[in-house]
Amino acid sequence: MSSHDVMPEMSLYQPVRVEDAIGIANQFADRGWLVGGGQDTYGWLKDRAKSADALIDLKGIESMRGITETADGIEIGALVTLTEIANNPLIKERYALLSQAAVKVASPQIRNVGTIAGNVSQDVRCWYYRRGLNCYRAGGNLCYADTPEGMNREHAIFNASRCVAVTPSDTGPALVALEAQMVIDSASGQRVVSAEDFFVGPNVDITHTTVLAPGDILTAVRIPAKWANAQFFFEKVADRNAWDFALVSLSAAMRVNNGVIEESRIVAGAVQATPRRLTSVEQAVRGKARDEATANSVGNLASRDANPLNYNHFKMPLMDNLVKRALRGQA
Amino acid sequence: MTYMHIGKDFTPPDVEGKVTGAARYAEDFKKDGMVFARMLTSPIPAGRVVNIDASAALAMPGVVGIFTADDLPPSAPPANPALAKEYVTYIGQPILAVAAESDLIAEEALAKIVVEYQRRPFVVDPLDTLTEGGPDPYPMGNTLIRNSGEAAAGTTASGTDVGRIKWSIDQVTAFRNGREPTGAEFGSEWEYGDVAARFAECTTVIEEPFVTIGQPHHSLESRTSMAYWENGKCYFHGSLQSHTVGHDVLAGMLEIDPANLVFINENTGGGFGSKIFPYPNMAITGRFARQLNRPVQLRITRAEEFFIGSARSGMQGWIKIGLKDTGRVGAVDVIIVNDAGSGGGGSGGSSAEHISIMFQPEAMRFRGVSMYTNTTPRGAQRGPGQNEMAAVLAPMMDKAANMAGIDRVAFRRINAPRADGKIGERQGGLSSSYMPESIDKAAQMFNWEEKIAKPRQISATKVRGIGVGQGFHTAGSNGYDGLIRIAPDGTIYLHTGVGNLGTYSYAGITRAAAEALQCNWDNCVIVHGNEALNLPHSTYQGGSNTMFTETRSSHVAALDIIEKMKEIAMAEFGGTIDDYSIGGERVFLTSDSSKGMSYGEAAQKAIEMGGKYSGMEYPDNIHRTTQRSVQAMQGTGLIGVAKDTLPREGAVPGMAIAFVEIELDTETGKFDITDYSAVAECGTVVHPQGLSQAMNGGGVWGFGMAAYERHVYDPQNGLPANVGLYQSKPPTYLDVPVTMNTAGMDLPDPQSPVGAKGIGEPAQGCAVAALMSAFTDALDGHLFNRTPVTADMIVNHIAQNGHNTGNLKTNTF
Repeated sequence: MSSHDVMPEMSLYQPVRVEDAIGIANQFADRGWLVGGGQDTYGWLKDRAKSADALIDLKGIESMRGITETADGIEIGALVTLTEIANNPLIKERYALLSQAAVKVASPQIRNVGTIAGNVSQDVRCWYYRRGLNCYRAGGNLCYADTPEGMNREHAIFNASRCVAVTPSDTGPALVALEAQMVIDSASGQRVVSAEDFFVGPNVDITHTTVLAPGDILTAVRIPAKWANAQFFFEKVADRNAWDFALVSLSAAMRVNNGVIEESRIVAGAVQATPRRLTSVEQAVRGKARDEATANSVGNLASRDANPLNYNHFKMPLMDNLVKRALRGQA
Repeated sequence: MTYMHIGKDFTPPDVEGKVTGAARYAEDFKKDGMVFARMLTSPIPAGRVVNIDASAALAMPGVVGIFTADDLPPSAPPANPALAKEYVTYIGQPILAVAAESDLIAEEALAKIVVEYQRRPFVVDPLDTLTEGGPDPYPMGNTLIRNSGEAAAGTTASGTDVGRIKWSIDQVTAFRNGREPTGAEFGSEWEYGDVAARFAECTTVIEEPFVTIGQPHHSLESRTSMAYWENGKCYFHGSLQSHTVGHDVLAGMLEIDPANLVFINENTGGGFGSKIFPYPNMAITGRFARQLNRPVQLRITRAEEFFIGSARSGMQGWIKIGLKDTGRVGAVDVIIVNDAGSGGGGSGGSSAEHISIMFQPEAMRFRGVSMYTNTTPRGAQRGPGQNEMAAVLAPMMDKAANMAGIDRVAFRRINAPRADGKIGERQGGLSSSYMPESIDKAAQMFNWEEKIAKPRQISATKVRGIGVGQGFHTAGSNGYDGLIRIAPDGTIYLHTGVGNLGTYSYAGITRAAAEALQCNWDNCVIVHGNEALNLPHSTYQGGSNTMFTETRSSHVAALDIIEKMKEIAMAEFGGTIDDYSIGGERVFLTSDSSKGMSYGEAAQKAIEMGGKYSGMEYPDNIHRTTQRSVQAMQGTGLIGVAKDTLPREGAVPGMAIAFVEIELDTETGKFDITDYSAVAECGTVVHPQGLSQAMNGGGVWGFGMAAYERHVYDPQNGLPANVGLYQSKPPTYLDVPVTMNTAGMDLPDPQSPVGAKGIGEPAQGCAVAALMSAFTDALDGHLFNRTPVTADMIVNHIAQNGHNTGNLKTNTF
């Protein structure tokens, strides 16, 4: 085992237009590596756990920057940093769920350079996978975490399919709750995918966490006006209050009228490979008051059907507790 | 006592560089023609190297050489070799180094080297290897045994062998389940008093198991070093906590005359016990540079720093504590199984020592065994043994006190060491102790009486916890040299061989000399960090001992130079030495201050007089390192040089007590520290800001030890999970209180000329203990019996889902 920390030699492309970036990405296909803020790039490459022939630096593409109001909500350029999202007045006023999630990502230094596209596209943080082991997700044929002795405290309690890694994104669940749309450009044109469909689990594609294929570029995130000024709840429970990934997070958007929850979208992070919509909870609370009684009434509905591993049973009560907090409207 | 400098804040000269980034560390030094060396490390946890094929790497343009274990003196287990060959004992262990014209070429060369290994069984849990039939981390056994052997040339370990100790399955099972392993074999045992008789007198007796996980040191400055040779001398830029005390050790590792080594280390980015003395990979740098006849920088990555940078030993234990109806601790019986990793030793004896001094049990027995595992080598880390014992002991002592119906602070006051307190197996005495006074002062700062009466339930989801804990470490040694030079221009050069490990103690100790000289601090220059500047032989910097030890040597050097100045004045103005005084940087006749001379004039006279005054002669008892430094300064001014032969008796205890109030969220397991108050029993406070920094830094680390930091290994393959800083989880700014209330007891130790003792380790020990105590208090007396207590454990406990920890283990979550 050699310990690396120097960037390998590779080509560097710095396009300033999306179409040029797409052309380069197509040219290199799976040997090209898109980079924005770089927070999930340099570790992989310096560690030699993954490699590429070309680094395609998107930061020069101005059209992928900025937060703009649209006829139906807002559009966030893929290169908008998490700090910009956390501080943006429009987002804070209307879609506070997203700003609350963004400000909890990692650390101020990482938020200053890390982008919204990077936060939702980042790879899983399973420590075995990150060490470069040849696990299922890396193309191999075993999982080191899902074993009787695996060190799997941070891993999945739902929907494992060979791989038991979880989504590390804090903003991903918030975007699912807000019914965000992900704008993807490629050589075949532009397509828009709902945030809920953007993330994929190991049962769909065990080597990827999103629908993005080689040659695809996530260029923007759109948030519809539907949930503007709704009641929101976000909480991330991590070991540390900075520079850490969630043990469990919960994002909730609720349309409350006269104290009654008319509609909600409640999404948990870090419990499976994708943001997990808690549809059974959403259905159970529809038409009920947002209060303590409703919170207590859902019991352990959120964690029902969980399949915990050796070291992560705690995620079940933790998830249930966060759901209760969201429903009663206070900590 | 009113001091001129002691107890006053000052700005150490390296502060500006640390703040601005101008401070240079070993990796910042480059040299013309320098090549970069990088290491290839083991991918397997146990085995041997069968063959190395580096032909493809050596054929690469820009690759200049390879260095393997065959280029080093032989090293026998359990010595931690710089490069392994016959005994590969952990993943990440260095196997070879390759040097190239650039860092990138060196990395690419590593990928072309093919190493063939033969695997051996491995083990990551000390109890697994302790069990009969369990795997051994070394082919010859699983534990350290002592012999009388000398260290092999070029190595630092001596007097140790690998032996074997096994327990029956029944004994291990009993131990895992918190019971005494009757009839088990131990590597070390001691006892004082009649333990059985004292237990018989106790009215409250508890038995508890405990586990503490290890923590990697993760020094921010990795072990990168750079060496080059000129005119037969090795110039070595490295990173040590200590400085000159490591000189001869490093020279030995390079097999050179100590006179031919110049060690340069102005700033050290953390060592925490892992850099007290030279460490193995320094041998590679110096020898590789000599072999290649080029400057070599051996650069150590963050991951490599985890592997070779040492870690605190985890421990697993059982304890029985008995209290008399008076509240006195009557007896303690403790068993500790330490995880010594692939090298180093456990700290069980130090853990037991903590109990013996902090609670002064009337009788006590300690039994311990230190087991090797195929994990990273372990070594001293801030309060090794004492602080992990402080962590688990505090809530257990709380339980005992509560069962006995005694207030937890009153209980600690009853059992606190006083001036006549005893310590350890031999029940030796103490140089001083103001621990009862410190407990009272801290309790008052914290407002214990009011806080303890508060309701524990704050809201439906928040509970309050009130904790108290103590820390201890020996904090003083003696016998080192002090060195001062006064130049003819009156500048006072305070030379110190103390390392700049980031605590500013290297600067603080020189204040004792300035105090004795009654001089203006602006006229003083601290000389340190580069042996070419002529440094004395100074203390090792571990165990908080710098302040006590080196204020003594600074003081004796100052006394020597004062005496010489008086003799010089006496030669000019007559009379006896007792007729002279100093003041205002002058030496003068006490009866007629007009008859005297400035320090600068005395220095000029010293040059003219020669002999002992200008360093032409020096005491026989000073270390040869100091002798060389004096020789190099001969004739340049007035030289004050002396070895500390001041009286010293008993252990020098650095102690601290802390109080913590937390608000714990019962739904998430998260907590906020709403109050932290701590008092250091550190003798006279030399540098108030330095003390505050030490207490705050130690406190933060204590919180990390209690609730965050980890050392996790996968038993399936021997892989560590926390090679990076973020995976090891030291606490961040957002995990600790904004304000930490700290103070010093500020009462003098009589064996220090300025009354000072150290406080580094206890600052952490008291904090981890207090926070652990607060967890138990918040959760109706529940004992987790381990550190760290993480959010998941609290959630599991409250959910009563039965999934907390299972069998207690080190090296796991």
